[in-house]
Amino acid sequence: MSTQTAAELSAIAEKAVEMARRAGATDAEAVAFEGDEFSVHVRLGEVDELTESGARALGLRVFFEAEGGQRTASTSTSDLSKDGITRLVSGAVELAKVTGVDPFAGLPDSTAFGSLNVNELALYFEDINSVPPEERIAMAKRCEAAALETDTRIQNSRGAAFDLSTSRRVMANSRGFASEYQRSYCGFSATPIAQDERGMQTGYWYSNARTPRLLESPEEIGKIAAERALRKLGARRVPTCKVPIVFPPEVSRGLMANLLHAADGDAIYRNASMLAGKLGEQVAGENITIVDDGTMVFDHALADGSTLRAGGFGTSPFDGDGLPTRKTVVVERGVLKELLLNTYTALKLGMQSNGKASRGLAGAPGIGGGNYYLEPGEPTQEQIVGDVKQGLFVLGTMGFGVNIVTGDYSQGATGLWIENGELTHAVEEITIAGNLKEMFRNVSAIGNDLEFRGAGAVPTVRVEGMTIAGS
Amino acid sequence: MADQNPFAHSYDHKRYFFETLGLTERLLERCLGEALSAGGDFADLYFEAVTSTSLAMDEGIVKTAAQGVSVGCGVRVLSGERTGFAYTDDLSAERLLKAARTAALIASGPQTTRVAGFNETRAPQLYPIAGSSDAEIGAKLELIARADRAARAFDPRIVQVRAGLNDELRRILVAASDGTFASDTQPLARLNVAVIAKDGEERTRGSSGGGGRVMLDFFTGSKSPEHFATEAARTAILQLGAVAAPAGEMQVVLGPGWPGVLLHEAVGHGLEADFNRKKTSAFAGLIGQQVASSKVTVVDNGTMPGRRGSLNVDDEGNATQETVLIENGILRGYLSDKLSAKLMNMPNTGSGRRESYQAIPMPRMTNTYMLSGEDDPGDILRSVKSGLYAVNFGGGQVDITTGKFVFSASEAYLIEDGKVTAPVKGATLIGNGPEALKYVSMVGNDLALDEGIGTCGKNGQSVPVGVGMPTVKLDRMTVGGTAR
Repeated sequence: MSTQTAAELSAIAEKAVEMARRAGATDAEAVAFEGDEFSVHVRLGEVDELTESGARALGLRVFFEAEGGQRTASTSTSDLSKDGITRLVSGAVELAKVTGVDPFAGLPDSTAFGSLNVNELALYFEDINSVPPEERIAMAKRCEAAALETDTRIQNSRGAAFDLSTSRRVMANSRGFASEYQRSYCGFSATPIAQDERGMQTGYWYSNARTPRLLESPEEIGKIAAERALRKLGARRVPTCKVPIVFPPEVSRGLMANLLHAADGDAIYRNASMLAGKLGEQVAGENITIVDDGTMVFDHALADGSTLRAGGFGTSPFDGDGLPTRKTVVVERGVLKELLLNTYTALKLGMQSNGKASRGLAGAPGIGGGNYYLEPGEPTQEQIVGDVKQGLFVLGTMGFGVNIVTGDYSQGATGLWIENGELTHAVEEITIAGNLKEMFRNVSAIGNDLEFRGAGAVPTVRVEGMTIAGS
Repeated sequence: MADQNPFAHSYDHKRYFFETLGLTERLLERCLGEALSAGGDFADLYFEAVTSTSLAMDEGIVKTAAQGVSVGCGVRVLSGERTGFAYTDDLSAERLLKAARTAALIASGPQTTRVAGFNETRAPQLYPIAGSSDAEIGAKLELIARADRAARAFDPRIVQVRAGLNDELRRILVAASDGTFASDTQPLARLNVAVIAKDGEERTRGSSGGGGRVMLDFFTGSKSPEHFATEAARTAILQLGAVAAPAGEMQVVLGPGWPGVLLHEAVGHGLEADFNRKKTSAFAGLIGQQVASSKVTVVDNGTMPGRRGSLNVDDEGNATQETVLIENGILRGYLSDKLSAKLMNMPNTGSGRRESYQAIPMPRMTNTYMLSGEDDPGDILRSVKSGLYAVNFGGGQVDITTGKFVFSASEAYLIEDGKVTAPVKGATLIGNGPEALKYVSMVGNDLALDEGIGTCGKNGQSVPVGVGMPTVKLDRMTVGGTAR
């Protein structure tokens, strides 16, 4: 993206704000987004799908002061022509007339605005496009080929992909905030299928980064994907039982994120969370410390011995309200210390925003954290498994059976059976169930294997007292 | 609408694209020519213009009013099994031709395919042209205000209510090098109510909603705001004091309507042709084989008037149809789009759908349901000594390759000695697609479609769908509760 389009995008956002003000809005806020994507999917060595495109869009929120609060409405459009923006503004102004007066609606105080230094966050790398399209396709092919070469039981594949994207986000409002940032992303993955007389199983593994320099070897990733498919072959059901369950990082990441979903200020003020009214109380075991941090930058060691700094996948300089992001210890030694708050939910709860607003194109900002992690423990994953006489090592969960209002948890699962501390046969077509409130208190081990492969990272955890439903 | 000839209401859907957006037939031909310039064997253009409105009342205040406009075009080029794709949100000739040239690069050679003359797809008119999007905003606000009042009035323990109305109008135009030319105007509306109930320290949630490709007056009949509000509030109150769901294998009776999500997950996805072409589905190679009890017949039907999953034409410009997937337990067919029909040498079932102009079409479901059987629903329940009666569900999910699927019950009861007794907490049910329906031992005479709330996700693309089912008894299914 050229600097010319960057200036153009900022100008469009500022223009929309100015036009809304002229149309009588007390306050206005615009976000403009521009993104380019390249995506290739290969299967059995041939290109299957190739997509290359870009898009832009603009979103606007307007506020009108009224007796006892403000009225607000929002509009969005992909039409950034002069007429398109005029319609965007008049549409928002018209819509605001029908909304109710909300005493808590409004932009943050101008003193609250801020942005971290975009350059220090290292979210965008100029070399993102340095790998030519042919080589991106080749990397996806190499990744899949490595998977197919791993074992004769791998003859089919759902394919492999290479994705690359760049985006620019601009935000401007009538209280003087105007800022923007760019992000780059690239990644590849493979999903081979292992098959024997007992059936088919898929495996998936991936590598992703903000610059191609930090991507792992396609061959390595393909081989891991293959192994992840192979170890599921011959999966069978186990009888209904209550045993310790080990969640490796790929699965524990989603499990522990439920603690953050429950600390979402929006869910809290609505009473729609098991953590409503629990601030300052013990809500998990004393071994649980979970952090949300939108400011993380990682040092990566390169092959030549040098170090490259790159921002986390959940890192951004400012949140969806225009407040600087920050590090928040949400649960410390099991005590709920802070909620995830944006400007609106903080006002509702009589608190201060901690910069967790997430803003899409349309609508008011919601809650969205940055990067998150569970403080690691001492033992290795092997030790955590080794202490289990009989139990389940979960490879994946499926379904929507997580209720953060009641804490009830019931999900489909695949895994490996643990017998006398050893991983044995694969397991499928079972469910694992419990209640999150108890599960967070019953974490009996936390591993030392904390590794960021996405915005969130959680080490291996072992949970006691859950029920497996099977045959 | 059923007794009228749906073809009689002919409306020229393409006018919007030609008159308002300035497209010309000549430009479409030029773009297709450009798309095929590198030797592709098929190309299509998919123009889409969507306007959407979202209104929500929250804590008794209309807090949300949002409108969105999205316009763009996706250009697709097929070359053997390869798909090249590009899109643009700028419909100028220059940008359209650029997108066509980008998509063209999937092929490499001289142009071999010519653009055929356009032949307009003859399609029915299954839904009103503008739907609810034409209605006065005041009338929409009144609906959500009524829902808010009704939910609060249901019980003093209802402490939070959110009621919303989302509607959109999607205009599409498809032009393809094989001469396909189709356009459509697709309205979609949905009323949602979500509540929280609180009793002492215990909190529960309840939600309900419905709609379809309908006018606003749909909500003035039996599907009133009060109906949805009462349903949401009733479910939340019911959950207060619900007992733990049982764990393990047992007899399960599914109620009529939305529990049809079972079919969507257990068999529907596994029968989408792309997975079978690639032999990655647990159902690959099973056509003509017994995959369900002989009492089971499942169809996918995109031609039901006003339904959320219905379409006059699919997103590749083909008329939709009723497709028999399973007939008396025997697997009969797959759901296909142009690419899979061609590569698998099978009929195109008009199932090519896409989330938006930014996405590549693929075989998808429309409205998927099981036909009624002969059993009385009361008899079905009375036949169960000990089991679970599940009448409402949240979402479901399937692993296409292993066939394992889950769906999560949001309202379920124990069955003891043929009687429906205590409500249980939410629990996930799990089964194996090609096996689960073999255990269907009774099928009720009470087929019902869902209320119009379903959204299906596949490869990151969401599309509206419908599901349906009569009361059904499964002799074996695994229930993921915690009680022994």
